[in-house]
Amino acid sequence: MSSGPRLEIDVEGKKFDFLPTPLLDGFRLEIEPSSVVALVGPSGVGKSTLLRMIGGVDTLFSGRVLVDGVVAAEAPPAGFVFQDPRLLPWLTALDNIRAVRPETTESEAEAMLMRVGLKGFERYYPHELSGGMQRRVALARAFSVNPRLLLLDEPFVSLDRTLVVEMEQVLLTLIETNRPTVLLVTHLPEDAATVADRAVVLSGRPAKIVADYRFASAAGQRPRAEREHIANQIAGAAAERLP
Amino acid sequence: MLFPSRLFPSPLAVGAHVVDLALNGKLLPDLGKTLSRAAVAFVVAMALGTAAGIALGRSRVADRLFSAWVVVGLNIPAIVIAIVLYIWLGLTEFALILAVVLNKLPLVIATIREGVRSFDPAYDDLGRAFRMPFARRLRLIFLPQLMPFALAAARTGLSLIWKIVLVFEVLGSDGGVGFRISVFFQFFDIKGIVAYTTAFILVVFAFEYLVLRPLERHILKWRQVRT
Repeated sequence: MSSGPRLEIDVEGKKFDFLPTPLLDGFRLEIEPSSVVALVGPSGVGKSTLLRMIGGVDTLFSGRVLVDGVVAAEAPPAGFVFQDPRLLPWLTALDNIRAVRPETTESEAEAMLMRVGLKGFERYYPHELSGGMQRRVALARAFSVNPRLLLLDEPFVSLDRTLVVEMEQVLLTLIETNRPTVLLVTHLPEDAATVADRAVVLSGRPAKIVADYRFASAAGQRPRAEREHIANQIAGAAAERLP
Repeated sequence: MLFPSRLFPSPLAVGAHVVDLALNGKLLPDLGKTLSRAAVAFVVAMALGTAAGIALGRSRVADRLFSAWVVVGLNIPAIVIAIVLYIWLGLTEFALILAVVLNKLPLVIATIREGVRSFDPAYDDLGRAFRMPFARRLRLIFLPQLMPFALAAARTGLSLIWKIVLVFEVLGSDGGVGFRISVFFQFFDIKGIVAYTTAFILVVFAFEYLVLRPLERHILKWRQVRT
């Protein structure tokens, strides 16, 4: 069983020209190997920007982001899941997986699709798949690129609740099998309560950590009452605005 | 007779004349000459136009510098370019093909430039997030996005080329469909004109249905809507 990398985030400053104040200023966060951390906070607080920095997509900031001691942009690519499935519409589900990592063989890609419950849909184009299926392909693609580090940017947004539960189950199974480090960006405390074993609540501008919860119970085996309690706890912290 | 056959030949007469011109006349060499001119002009204009269109679509500076020239090129009458080039370079094959290329080029540039501008930046992020090398991004992300525009440029450009090659052949050449039609015109030979036009249209149809459409179906098969 593989183990996920340690993440060390130390952002001295991150500005955007169109914002009067920095988005991040003196932001520090450490994430232990193989932990599943939810970054929770309102829209625009900087969650996705942090994810892009960790993924090595955004390098225009001062400070450093290390993945197992290596600068993020030079580390092996993370398994990134965007807010939308972002599949290449001219490639089949199978080819979408192989497109981002040419070393992936056809049988490996087929096996990955099978793990997310898409056996038999390998040759389908994205427009021939439902929204939920497209998300699962995106998850399979991310997992095939790097099963040690998953960066999930609101992967359940705009899905109906049934599909969210389905996706969460797929994700929990992958996490249980491979023990990757997972960073889940979400604005929904319920998602964090279901999947994560740690929730970091962000608020304000520049963004600050207003709460950092660690949960003892295994995410996949949490009873509903406990999930609701955790979600309420996170929602309460998120509601408290910084002065 | 209301429609004298000399001016309004019957389809049967035209069909027979096409066969006769193909077997005993110069129809096939003329078609070959026109098609080879069109083919060379098409390939050159598509290659140069695609490169320039990508440059103008990606670089604001290049677009600011040259977009006015694209507008000039789009609107300058084709015949002016041909006449000027014939005067400068003589009634040569090179002048004819260059005139066709210069007429088609702005259209390709404008279409490809719009294609490049419509690229989805989300796919750039995808390429960066997964560290896809440039060649791979080009093949799997950029070119597929550009392809519908390249095909549109090819189709509209081809229809333009067919027309202007013939006009320029009328204006000054030693053979080809346009040249032969101008000879027929001098003798008011409507049957010959219609026969050549028919043969030319058959070639255009063959190209459209045997080459362009299957190619388009193959390249854009991912766009087909589920039935």
